[in-house]
Amino acid sequence: MPEIHFLAQVGVYVTMFVCVVFAVLAVTAANLFRAALALTGVLLGIAGIYIALHAEFLAMVQVLIYVGAVMTLVIFAIMLTERLGDVSVPQTNSSAWLAWAGMIGLYLLLVRVMISTPWPVKTPALIKASAVSTAGLGEALLGPYVFPFEILSVVLIAALVGAIVVARKDDNA
Amino acid sequence: MIIPLQHFLIFSSALFVIGLAGALTRRNVVGILMSIELMLNAVNVNLVAFSRTTSLQPETGQVFAVFIIALAAAAVAVGLAIVIALYRVKKTVFADQINLLKW
Repeated sequence: MPEIHFLAQVGVYVTMFVCVVFAVLAVTAANLFRAALALTGVLLGIAGIYIALHAEFLAMVQVLIYVGAVMTLVIFAIMLTERLGDVSVPQTNSSAWLAWAGMIGLYLLLVRVMISTPWPVKTPALIKASAVSTAGLGEALLGPYVFPFEILSVVLIAALVGAIVVARKDDNA
Repeated sequence: MIIPLQHFLIFSSALFVIGLAGALTRRNVVGILMSIELMLNAVNVNLVAFSRTTSLQPETGQVFAVFIIALAAAAVAVGLAIVIALYRVKKTVFADQINLLKW
């Protein structure tokens, strides 16, 4: 079915383009709430890219954790801290143009390196044969990567308890 | 459907560079945290793309992408807790007005 493959390919490129546009919006929007919504769009688009790369589990995790949890937390923080009314306050620091010029230079350098590097890409048949299943991912997590996995659990619980301690009102402490 | 690896790399480096520019230019700390999330996501796209197209053990890239997602969640939780605590003390969320550790 070549037509469906062609359509899927066009869809991936459109998703990439929309992601980049939303990303620019997310870092430049003066209203931080709109920036958060644009970032949510980027994260959903990246979930689509994961599906195109046959990483369905990661796409699911991306939607659940980033869009569901992290962005909710960010929007909570925006609502708790920012006065959305006054847009007269400048949102960028004084050397913003310098940062953007430097980043464009870095991007051109990166693209040049990426195009000229001979990546050791597998043949299409081999790529199709070595698809990652969720079961394989689970076996990898609890097989060769069990030690980093457990360390990560400790880091996560320490960070979340620490976040509660830091954000709590000092009534008795 | 085969999309060349380079296209994913160009896409993810665009996201990374935009996120880095945002982290450098934003004054609002929450905005800086959002830019950092954008950069971490760009790295994840890179990892997954490499694991699909070049790796002989394709699970590795995705496992590390899961690790990065978990660490990003931890980072954003701690970061936002610090922002809220700071806002309570200093009544500002702008990074250039927070100079408690400067002399």
